[in-house]
Amino acid sequence: MTKPIATTRSATGIPTGKLAVWWVVGSEIVIFGGLLASYIMHRLGHPEWAEYASHTNPWFGGANTFILLTSSLFAVLAHHAAEQGDGKTAAKWLVGTAAGGFTFICVKAVEWSIEISHGYTITANGFWSFYYTAAGIHAVHVIAGCIIMLIIANDARKGKELQRVELIGIYWHFVDIVWIFLFPLLYIAK
Amino acid sequence: MAEAGTAVDTTHGAHDHGHDHHEQSFVSKYIFSTDHKIIGMQYMFTGILMAIIGGYMSYAFRMQLAFPGESVPGYGVVSQGEYNALVTNHGTIMIFWVAMPVLIAAFGNFLIPLMIGADDMVFPRINRLSYQIFLISAIILIVSFFVPGGGFGGAWTAYPPLSANAEYNLTPLGSTLWLVAVALEFVAFLLGGINFITTLMNSRAPGMKMHDIPMVLWMIVIASVLFMASVGPLIAGAVMLFMDQVVGTGFFDPNRGGDPILWQHLFWFFGHPEVYVVLLPAMGIVAEIITTFSRKKLFNYKLILYTAFATGIISFFVWAHHQFVAGIDPRMANVFTITTLIISIPIAEMLFLYIATLYGGSIRLTTPMLWALAFLAEFLIGGITGIFLGASGSDIYFHDTYFVLAHFHYTFFPIAIIGFFAGLTYWFPKMFGRMMNERLGKIHFWGTIVAFNFIFIPLFVLGAAGQHRRIYNFQNFPDLAGLQDLRVLATSALVVMLVFQVIFLFNFVVSMFKGKPAGNNPWKANTLEWTTVSPPPHGNWPEGLPDCYRGPYEFSVPGREDDYWPQNVPPDTAPAE
Amino acid sequence: MLQGIYDFIKGIFEPLGQYLIASNVPVASSFADDIDALIALIAVFVVFWALLAYAAFFFLIFRFRDNGQRAQYVTGEEKNLKRWITYPHAAIIVCDLVIVFMAIMVWYNIKQRLPEADTTVRIVAQQWAWNFVHPGPDNELDTDDDINTFNELHVEVGTVYHYELVSKDVLHDFSVPVFRLKQDAIPGRVMKGWFEPTAAGEYDIQCAEMCGIGHGIMGARIIVETPEEHAAWMSQGNPGEFAAR
Repeated sequence: MTKPIATTRSATGIPTGKLAVWWVVGSEIVIFGGLLASYIMHRLGHPEWAEYASHTNPWFGGANTFILLTSSLFAVLAHHAAEQGDGKTAAKWLVGTAAGGFTFICVKAVEWSIEISHGYTITANGFWSFYYTAAGIHAVHVIAGCIIMLIIANDARKGKELQRVELIGIYWHFVDIVWIFLFPLLYIAK
Repeated sequence: MAEAGTAVDTTHGAHDHGHDHHEQSFVSKYIFSTDHKIIGMQYMFTGILMAIIGGYMSYAFRMQLAFPGESVPGYGVVSQGEYNALVTNHGTIMIFWVAMPVLIAAFGNFLIPLMIGADDMVFPRINRLSYQIFLISAIILIVSFFVPGGGFGGAWTAYPPLSANAEYNLTPLGSTLWLVAVALEFVAFLLGGINFITTLMNSRAPGMKMHDIPMVLWMIVIASVLFMASVGPLIAGAVMLFMDQVVGTGFFDPNRGGDPILWQHLFWFFGHPEVYVVLLPAMGIVAEIITTFSRKKLFNYKLILYTAFATGIISFFVWAHHQFVAGIDPRMANVFTITTLIISIPIAEMLFLYIATLYGGSIRLTTPMLWALAFLAEFLIGGITGIFLGASGSDIYFHDTYFVLAHFHYTFFPIAIIGFFAGLTYWFPKMFGRMMNERLGKIHFWGTIVAFNFIFIPLFVLGAAGQHRRIYNFQNFPDLAGLQDLRVLATSALVVMLVFQVIFLFNFVVSMFKGKPAGNNPWKANTLEWTTVSPPPHGNWPEGLPDCYRGPYEFSVPGREDDYWPQNVPPDTAPAE
Repeated sequence: MLQGIYDFIKGIFEPLGQYLIASNVPVASSFADDIDALIALIAVFVVFWALLAYAAFFFLIFRFRDNGQRAQYVTGEEKNLKRWITYPHAAIIVCDLVIVFMAIMVWYNIKQRLPEADTTVRIVAQQWAWNFVHPGPDNELDTDDDINTFNELHVEVGTVYHYELVSKDVLHDFSVPVFRLKQDAIPGRVMKGWFEPTAAGEYDIQCAEMCGIGHGIMGARIIVETPEEHAAWMSQGNPGEFAAR
């Protein structure tokens, strides 16, 4: 469909797509904020959770942190290429970012399988309920981000809609930052 | 802004092209449209349908209250469980599937591009997606009434452990479907919000500065921001409640280390800003109407805007006044009493500023004006009765009584119903190209308003007499049984009010086809939507989008012959006459 | 000193409080009239402002109705007009301060402080009935002479009671309108509070938190007895059975 003239205007000077992404990020901040605040309140009120939390594996967590940070770096490189108008390079870096995201999910799948087999299930106790719920919602956002990223990469490869490379990068950085909060809360605080 | 656009393709037949003469199937033109006006209509009609369902529910449960145990005509006998499901879903429907879609999504979608001089929203396909998700959420809610076990009956507030555990609520499927429906509705409005804020901020006509934006658009966008900033924790809570219901976690189960009060905080942290999410758009609609029909500028536009912002910000700090006796630390109650009384100040100021707008006017009591004025008169009662509840000491007595119920109907009814009728009677000519019948409009108005007061004033009295909420039969309570006459009065008034809505429906439908042709600007208003054809075609101004030269309320400017000065008219080059 | 100011203001509004609330719902606890006076105070303030607003509202509609005249061009920033907004604004803030003060005093008395108890009762809420555990003659709960009752609570005039409110399942709320008392019952917690009955009689107890299908049949009765009646009742021993669930 043709884009409305409305889409091409920018009375504030800020590109419309950027406003939209920040809106999305804003709403997600409040969702994760609420979830993590609830977790923190519970954690403060339940000293016994420290024992439950001791069974998370910081190696898995650390590896996933590294993977996500690296993928964010790729997203920055993609943006840089897009700024130069180089859609093909931008697409390559975006695919790399998405690959990082998928790797993250695979590592998490292995990690969760091990934990579940040890009896640390989502219903085992409050700590594990939060663990799987928070990391699970985060993982859903990782997967959604990867899918959108691949669609944008496909367009970028053809030189189209290059401004969206930066936008998906902003979203991806947000997903990364959520993990930066989750990692210490779920893995380090013991 | 660099936009690597696609090539312009005007022969793309499968998508909506509005009212021009393409051979569009009904389905692609009206069902899968991306045109903001059509999407706005979709929200409006869905909202009206849900209002009928919600109203029917109130009829059924009020008949049960007035004539306990007797079969309700058109429903049957209302069982205890059904009663709870009716009151639960009445509240849920009216807030999430009537007030929000009608005030924000219908008027917002219809008006924002038109009032800023744009041809559509910035992201038309996201707009369509938001309606589709909204529609699915409505369907899921309705399905929840017909599953085994029946609809959810744990009150619209859905406090766990009752809502989390099917052993307690006895509606396993209904509870989960209800929750999923509400969560989807939230997602739909988050998506819709993307369009509202980006379009208003960025797609304004050349020359339209921030203080030239019509107040209704400011209000709708502030409301969207409030919604977005407050709903997150409840979405998190809804996920947790869903997990408790379906997976068997114990987020809210005290036997498993969970905390039922956590849900309450998550719910009300959203729940309180939510009431301003629906209030502000209604106030915005009223602003457009009272300026047009008193031929006056808004009294101190900037101050009204500041009170709106102040109300929005303070609304994040008052939530626990819903939880005074819920088991929070008693010391916290004092904090929330103070913040709640503080928030009454900007709202009172806003009302005063609106009333002041009438000063020096030339007031025409058309049907939209009657509705707008009635909003102010009725909402005032809702506002002042809130003080009794915001003050912790008196709330000990009034909490969970019919006093609360009457208070919030004196706020919600003006917001959702009066606000809707005000906006609809005002913009109907623009939406459908025809005028509604004034006489029928006035009869409908008086019948609705008088009946409304006869429903809820008795309920204030009952609440002050200690009658509690969500109880299906007050004959079970010896101290309350004698007040049955008041219950019958309220129910009778409700039936009368519902009957008067038939007049509206008749007027609405018949005027759409047989009303007097409206022309572009039947009310002689200033804002940009009135400068194009009624109804506007796809693209809104086919011969070119307008520019903006002045504010939206330049009525009765001294020295000008006309008492209005539309925003798109270039300034005079010759001296004023 | 604060108490002195509170008593003074309360005294002014007590009669109106009687008229507004107590005429329908008797005053049967020591703090019920505090709440009634607070309600009356708020009522006077809000009705005053509402009447002013309505007067302005209807006057302006009538005075400036369309008689063919052209409207005035008013921005609302004119100082002489803005005063009509800013002065009421300031006056409302003063009213709010008085309300806040009185509300906090009432709230503190009922919900924050716990005066020394003459005796304690346990209130057990469940789907869908109330059980009450009265300490027997030894005035201690959880001893052999406790009296358990089903859906009726027996208390004595002039005695300061602590209550321990518990729930066996979901949220409930113990509400006694004639006491002007209300408290949510939360499973997993023991909610503590107090009351002192002041008028003998038999009154409703309602559940004030949605608790499921039987929420509407969870009425109970509170029997406020004179000391003689109460002693007589207590000497009957433990007749009650816990409700089957």
